[in-house]
Order: sequence, then structure tokens, then C-alpha cells
Amino acid sequence: MEVRVQNIRKEFGRFPALDDVSLDIRSGELIALLGPSGSGKTTLLRLIAGLESPTDGTIFFGAEDASKKTVQQRNIGFVFQHYALFRHMTVLDNVSFGLKVRPSSRRPPAADIRRRALDLLELVQLSGLEKRYPAQLSGGQRQRVALARAMAVEPNVLLLDEPFGALDAQVRKELRKWLREIHDRTGHTTVFVTHDQEEALELADRVVVMSKGAIEQVGTPDDIYDHPVSPFVYGFIGQSNCIDVTLSSGEIWFEDRPIGLRAASEPDGVATLYFRPHDIELIDGCGGCLAGLVTASRRVAGTRHLEIDLGKAHPPVEIELPPERASSTDHTRVAFRPTKWTLFRKEGDVAAVSRQAEAPVSELARTGT
Amino acid sequence: MAFRSSTRWRFRQPSVIPGFGLALGVTLAWLTLIVLIPLSGLIWRSTSLGWSSFMSLVLDERTVNALTISFGTAFIAAVVNLFFGVVLAWVLVRYRFPGKRVIDAMVDLPFALPTAVAGIALTALYAPNGWIGSLLEPLGIKIAFTPAGIVVALVFVGLPFVVRTVQPVMEEIDKEVEEAAATLGANRFQTISRVLLPGLLPAGLTGFALAFARGVGEYGSVIFIAGNLPYVSEIAPLLIIIRLEEFNYPAATAIATVMLFLSFIMLLVINSIQAWSRRRYSNGA
Repeated sequence: MEVRVQNIRKEFGRFPALDDVSLDIRSGELIALLGPSGSGKTTLLRLIAGLESPTDGTIFFGAEDASKKTVQQRNIGFVFQHYALFRHMTVLDNVSFGLKVRPSSRRPPAADIRRRALDLLELVQLSGLEKRYPAQLSGGQRQRVALARAMAVEPNVLLLDEPFGALDAQVRKELRKWLREIHDRTGHTTVFVTHDQEEALELADRVVVMSKGAIEQVGTPDDIYDHPVSPFVYGFIGQSNCIDVTLSSGEIWFEDRPIGLRAASEPDGVATLYFRPHDIELIDGCGGCLAGLVTASRRVAGTRHLEIDLGKAHPPVEIELPPERASSTDHTRVAFRPTKWTLFRKEGDVAAVSRQAEAPVSELARTGT
Repeated sequence: MAFRSSTRWRFRQPSVIPGFGLALGVTLAWLTLIVLIPLSGLIWRSTSLGWSSFMSLVLDERTVNALTISFGTAFIAAVVNLFFGVVLAWVLVRYRFPGKRVIDAMVDLPFALPTAVAGIALTALYAPNGWIGSLLEPLGIKIAFTPAGIVVALVFVGLPFVVRTVQPVMEEIDKEVEEAAATLGANRFQTISRVLLPGLLPAGLTGFALAFARGVGEYGSVIFIAGNLPYVSEIAPLLIIIRLEEFNYPAATAIATVMLFLSFIMLLVINSIQAWSRRRYSNGA
């Protein structure tokens, strides 16, 4: 079922946790709410569930206004970060709870409830554990029980609050893949909250990046990573460097020299240049580049990270290189140039933001490498 | 868990703190001095009575009535305490209101107050000319000097046990569990009866057992309010005192032994239920 959030505002006391947030969630979509803690992502999820009521605004489930409905009436599936399983009930009783508490007019016969619960346990790969109690399961297994329990009521929308937050890295990765499979098989509209960008980018059809009670950007993982619309998204998603630059007649200057990048349509003035550590190229002989001394060098998996000091007044930037290219540069001076970058104006207001994926100059240089 | 039964006289897990032998030795010696020797003395005395005279003392009508009253009123009082103790704990855990700290502290008063003081105060209130008694008298309800009065006194002394055992467990109940029940469509009644209360069962049973045990052994507060009519409102501990004052030691010993035996059986049963339910869903989640 499609879910529309319209101009939602939520205040706790006088502190606005969400300020005028609107979001369309398409039917059957797997969507991630991503943001640092305090960004309002969990509040938004709980508002959709009906566990909180909005100060202002409306939430539609399909064409129906759900804002006035109670949690019980909304028929949603909610998976809590710490599972919130009923620990005095067996796994089977946990999963069938949602069906058993229905009024007798809507309650399926006991045999059907049992069959449905067993089917779901098979779906979440827990067949044979239906007689166990939650205390006898591992964290990953508990999370799967929680998911099966939420799906048992045929929810309009499945809401997951940091579903893998309490699990260790290995289990997390497995469950992530597995949740994607489950979603593709069952097709429930699913919203999940996470602060783990890797999780959001890997798992979701679309990612909603939130900060300070507002939505910064909504888009596919590719959009979000390749075309961040704000300094916040640039900084929050993936690694990035930012340096203060000056624009002068279409050239980008760093301190007292041009760095070989052009932003032709931009008016003169100061701006901030963002680029990712891996979107750079090394240059021999600097005729327009960023250059500095390598101050630290770390091997991280398949790449080498170099920290480069561009001058006292600037925080060091980090670049990533294939290890064989980086080994010769230890403690020497390197010259490089971003191949993909974005300029943001200080004012931060949307009109003043200039986005440039690739400048012609760097395009030429890139084909050379 | 499975291997625990096969492990005898050893640590369950190797521990960084040594001294199992010492700790067990001290514990056993202490328990022997304080509990086992007095109790075995009691049983020793009663065995010297011989089976038939022991049985005739125990099956004496006055003794049977006293035991029935003691265990019956203690049971009713523990049930009442279980119910209201859980409600009281709920209010203290879940709500914030002015005077909450004071009420929280008041719960422990029955622990501290001399039981005789409590007995006298309750008698003054519930006697036919007392504040509450005078209101109930026109309705034909008599509390003081009847078994109902005993129940009132035992409810008073047993209250803290249920509250203090249930309270910490209740504090640990995650609000998420209630929310989970609500998202699954459970109404408030279903959430309470199917999700919250079953989770409190082990702690509730512990509190019940403690309140019940205290009620069976209670003497000070009861004798003032009970009226102490033989066959009607005479409790077993009082009968023991009476027998002692008559220098009828065999009878006193016999009653005491029966009380000891019955209490032990009942506490054992309750503790087993509790251990069983705790084993099922301890260790979190």
C-alpha cells in the first residue's frame, strides 16, 4: 500500500523533532530513512505506525487518512530494534499473536493461524524452532521471529526500526541480504530506519536522508551517492573532503593558484569544494592542481589511504589510491586533482548551490590516466 | 542447562574467585546454627512423643481449627496482596505524580513498624466503635474479632513483599513490548492479560510465597484484632503460646511441627513453580 506523509510536524515539548516533512512512499517499495541520531528518522517511523501522534499534518495509507486511526486500526507491522518479543511465549505463539488477538469475527480458525505461523517461520528460515522461547535464540534468530510476527498480520506497511542495530557485523550482512530477498518475495511496502549508510545504500530502493528534523534528499542509492544535493548529504554519505576555494572568472582557485578545475557558469566569490577520496587522479608536474605532503598512509582493504597536508590553515584531506601506486609516494609531495567534485556556496541556500559532476578540464585529464 | 544435572559438587563455571569450599563451609555452619539445630530440636522433641499420641494431639479439633484459620487467612491475605501489590507496583513504576516518593517509602512501613502497634491500630480502626468499624457495623459487617480481622492484619504485614518483588521486574519491562502488542492489534485488555501479567508471574509468585509465609507465622498484629475465640478466630501460633503457658510442651511441639511441615511443603511447591517458569524465559530478550 502506498503511504503519503504530508507536511508532518512533531514537537516534543517545544522542541520540533520533525518540521514540515513530506514524503511519498510507493507501494511495494523498500525505502530507508537514513540520518544521524536526533535527525527525526525514528520519530517519522513511529508517526507512520501511529505510536506517536503528529502535532500537525496528515498521513495517508492509500487514499485513506490514517492520522486519526489508532495503532491497532492501522494494521501495520513494526519491528523494534530490540525485537520486543514476548518472552513468556514460544516462537510459534509470538508469531501467531497478531492473529489470535483479533476479534472472533475476523479471527481465522486456530488451525489456519497455526499453519500461517508455521509458513512464516519457514519463510524466515526458522522451521523446527517453533517450540523454543526467545531466550533460547540468538540475536539474529530473534530478529527473524520479530519480522515473522510483524508479517503475520498482513500489514499495510512494514516498518523496521534499526532492524540490525543490535547485531554483530557478520550477522548483519547476512540478514541484510536475506531481508532484501524476503522483500522481493513478499512485496510488502517496507520502511526501515538506519544510521548505517552502507546498509541503506545496499538494501533500499530509495533512500531518504534526514538531518535535524527535515528531509535533506530523497533518491536512489546511486543518486544519493553520486549527486548529493547538500553539503550535509555529501559529508554524511561516504567519505568526502571539503576545501575552501575562490572562484574567479570561471576558474577555481585554492589559496594563490588555480587548481585546474573550471566552473564556467559560476559567478565569482568564495565557495566550498567537495570531492570524494577515490575521485582523484595523481598528476606529474603540477600546472594546476592540489599539492601537499603525505603525512600519514594507511592500508584499508584493497586501497591505500593517504592523508595530505595542503598547508597549515587547512585540515588535511584524504585520498585513496591503489596500493601499488601509493607505495612510491610515502612521505613525499604529491600533486592531484579531483575528477568528480561539487561546489557549494557558503550561503547554503539552494539557488546558490552549483553542482558540477565533471568539469571539461578534468574530463580530459581523466581520459589520460 | 542440560549439563547442570550431571555436575555435582562443583562450580557451574570455573570462576576467577576461589573459595568454593570455604564459602560452602561457612554457609552450612551458619545455616546449621541458626536454622537447622533449632528446627531439628523441634522435630526431635515431637518424635519422642510417639506416633499415636502425636496424631491425637494434632487431630485435636481445636488444633485443626487453629491450623485451618492460620493457613486459610494467610492464603486469602496473600491473594489480596498479590492483586493490590501488583496494582500498587504498577502505579509506582509507571506514573509520575506528586508524593510518589512518599508513597514509595510508605510501602515499607509494615516492615519497620512493631507488629503489635499495627495490630492495635487496626483493631482501633475496625472495632465496632472504631472509625471504619462503626461505618460497617450498620451493614452487618464485622471485621475485628473475626477471621476477617485476621485477614486485614495479614494484608497489612504482607503488602511490602509483593510490591518489592514485582516492582523491579516491572521496571525492566520494555515499553516496546507493549507497543509491539499494540501494533499487532491487541487492545489494552489483551496487552495486559496476555503480555504483561504472564511476564510478571514468577516475581508475583515469589511475592505471594513470601507474603503467605509471613502470614502463616505472624503473631503480634493478629492477636489484637483476632479476638482469639477458640475454634473461630484462634491462630496456630497463639495456640502454641497457650499450650506453652499450660506447660503442655508435647502439644506445643506437635502443632509447631505440623506448621513447619505444611509451610515447607507449600513453599517448596511455590518455589518449584517459580523456578520452572523462570527457567523458561529468563536471560532477557
